[in-house]
Amino acid sequence: MADAENGYSKQVLIVGAGIAGMQAALDIANSGYQVVLVEQWPSIGGHMHQLSETFPTLDCAQCILTPRTVDVGRHERIALYTYSEIEEISGTVGDFRVRIRRKPAYVNWDLCTACGACTEACPQAIPVAFDRELELAKVMASGKVRLVGTGKAIYTLSPQAVPKKPVIDVRYCTYFQKGKCRLCEKVCPVGAIDYEQQPKWIEERVGAIILATGYELYPLEKLGEYGAGQIPDVIDALAMERLLSASGPTAGVMRRPSDGKEPKEVVWIQCAGSRDPEQGMPYCSKICCMYSAKQAMLYKHKVHDGQAYIFYIDIRSAGKRYEEFIQRAMEEDRVLFVRGKVSKVFREGDKVMVWGVDTLTGLPVEVAADLVVISPAMIPSEGTRKLATMLGVEVDEFGWWTERDGNLAPLETKQPGVFLAGAGIGPKDIPEAVSQGSGAAGKVLSLLSRWGGPSDPASE
Amino acid sequence: MKVSYFPGCTLNTTGKGFDNAVRAATAAVGLELIELAEWNCCGATYPLIVDNMLELAAPAHVLVAARNQGSTVTTACTTCYNVLKRTNKFIREHPDERERLNAFIEAEYQGEVEVKDILHLLRDEVGFAAVQEKVQRPLKDLKVACYYGCMVLRPPAEVAYDDPDHPRSLDDLMTALGAMPVDYPHKNECCGAYLTVSAPEVTREMVYTILKSAQLAGAQAVVTNCPLCQFNLDKRQAEMAQFHAGFQSLPVFYFSQLMGLALGLDASEYGWERHYIDVRPLLNSLGL
Repeated sequence: MADAENGYSKQVLIVGAGIAGMQAALDIANSGYQVVLVEQWPSIGGHMHQLSETFPTLDCAQCILTPRTVDVGRHERIALYTYSEIEEISGTVGDFRVRIRRKPAYVNWDLCTACGACTEACPQAIPVAFDRELELAKVMASGKVRLVGTGKAIYTLSPQAVPKKPVIDVRYCTYFQKGKCRLCEKVCPVGAIDYEQQPKWIEERVGAIILATGYELYPLEKLGEYGAGQIPDVIDALAMERLLSASGPTAGVMRRPSDGKEPKEVVWIQCAGSRDPEQGMPYCSKICCMYSAKQAMLYKHKVHDGQAYIFYIDIRSAGKRYEEFIQRAMEEDRVLFVRGKVSKVFREGDKVMVWGVDTLTGLPVEVAADLVVISPAMIPSEGTRKLATMLGVEVDEFGWWTERDGNLAPLETKQPGVFLAGAGIGPKDIPEAVSQGSGAAGKVLSLLSRWGGPSDPASE
Repeated sequence: MKVSYFPGCTLNTTGKGFDNAVRAATAAVGLELIELAEWNCCGATYPLIVDNMLELAAPAHVLVAARNQGSTVTTACTTCYNVLKRTNKFIREHPDERERLNAFIEAEYQGEVEVKDILHLLRDEVGFAAVQEKVQRPLKDLKVACYYGCMVLRPPAEVAYDDPDHPRSLDDLMTALGAMPVDYPHKNECCGAYLTVSAPEVTREMVYTILKSAQLAGAQAVVTNCPLCQFNLDKRQAEMAQFHAGFQSLPVFYFSQLMGLALGLDASEYGWERHYIDVRPLLNSLGL
């Protein structure tokens, strides 16, 4: 949207449609400006969409999130590009040129009515990223128990997904791998399946950019002492969110992956990679103390006779009503907090043995656990560095966005017109990410208002 | 290929059978070990104190002797490997201390030599596939628990040539020899090391954890690359049944002994008589 007088675009690019990016998009769009929102996943909502409940209020994450995602999805001033990546950015403030690559979903989303027939018909059960690639025990027709992924080769992220449109994972799709099947095509009532679909490129001109690229978890494969991702009943915290979630793969019933049994002894391990200079991540991931207490609490609400252990270095519950929440986990829900690190996790029979230390008694501790939940370090999401190079924006040695000034300009970068929000700057929780989303939106709006008020999109 | 060889004190005395087997087995696969013309004790532990210059003198002296003889030095003793490897790295990375150390031992050494564990050489220079081709008597039906201990794995950034949490070089060598390595979680657990002197009961319990886990996985024997581990795992079994009713003993081999047997070499000098748990009944039962 170019302004007649100075030629600046008053359209805004937001990279990442997690809770921070969505907040920024809504604030800007509601002020009358056009937003281009780009998300690499098929649907918006980010990691919050995966969560069971939020701390410290135990709100159902999806229940409070979906009104937001729906608002974003149908906002007349938000152009939403999901399953898309930024391929190129050039230019300067007021005049950035952006090239967006839309990955082929192999489904014509304009035709698709989201009836779900394709997913139902698909014979390929696969591990999906949204469920942290969990594989759960399933009794096969032969009577044998096998670990099976929780999604299908053609899938939408969740029943509440926005947009609720499926994509095909070609790595698993029988047709793409072996040249036959095409079951989804047969059952689709509107002929939306398109195996020949190609990527699409979209060019946009924007005046300002907000980077809300978010975080990932350090992979379990890199934590050799905790089983290197090879033990089915050792899972990461986001996988536990999926197991606890009423809309997750077990419908919220507490079952462990390896055999579907209800776990009676569950161990949470804090600071797995975080606060560990040897792993290259000396920083605190900030949210783990709180979400582990929350998960342990939720677990106890589901399994009353279960025992929850949390191994921690120290408890970091700085936040409004956070410490009270920890106390509640200890006192009301009888979660056992053990101050010490876990040195080793290994399989013995159908148990997962946890070797650790209780530094308050000075004694070694051994727990024969049914399920172990790891809190891996938060790391910047994939592609952050690439984006940094494109934009000439700095990241620190760990890959987090570098603020123009950590104290007084925490949402700005050294590049004029490029702003920051959310966990891509560093580990943070939901309220903080939302605040930053609004904060970055405020920064952008004050910039745009200097170039004149919002103009009618039709005049463009 | 020819490589300088540092036997170290253990392999020169109580571990002579290990040493004999190493020399014979490596020669049989084309790795010629040339013993250092002049060598001394490596110091036996890498110093952890701040002012460690004096303790580095002994290993530095060995490294100088190695430099005078070639570009790579190898050893089969894991402790010697750990000390030499770390000393070499320290010398390379600390110019000021290096100068003082050189002045003290009257040498000009910058860390030029490469220190490599013998198993590392067998894996990367000879290749386990090449070893497999030379096997005369495959160790068929032998279920072994491979045990690595700490010295070749920790600290990983300084010494490890294998995955420190899930090592596999010994397992791969055993597979090449026709044996069946079992998977168990304590391949890299500490055996108790020198506590065997001051607190043998502590070592005994640590050994028990390892052996029990190996037995649960179905192992008939343990194979290791570390002389101190071999001693602890072997010797501490003597009193084990008193403390753990029903404990069945488990022979503990050096990898080179099994390698020599599989390659069809004369194994009479491999120190069988020095094992506390007799290995011969098992070997006889397997026709080796």
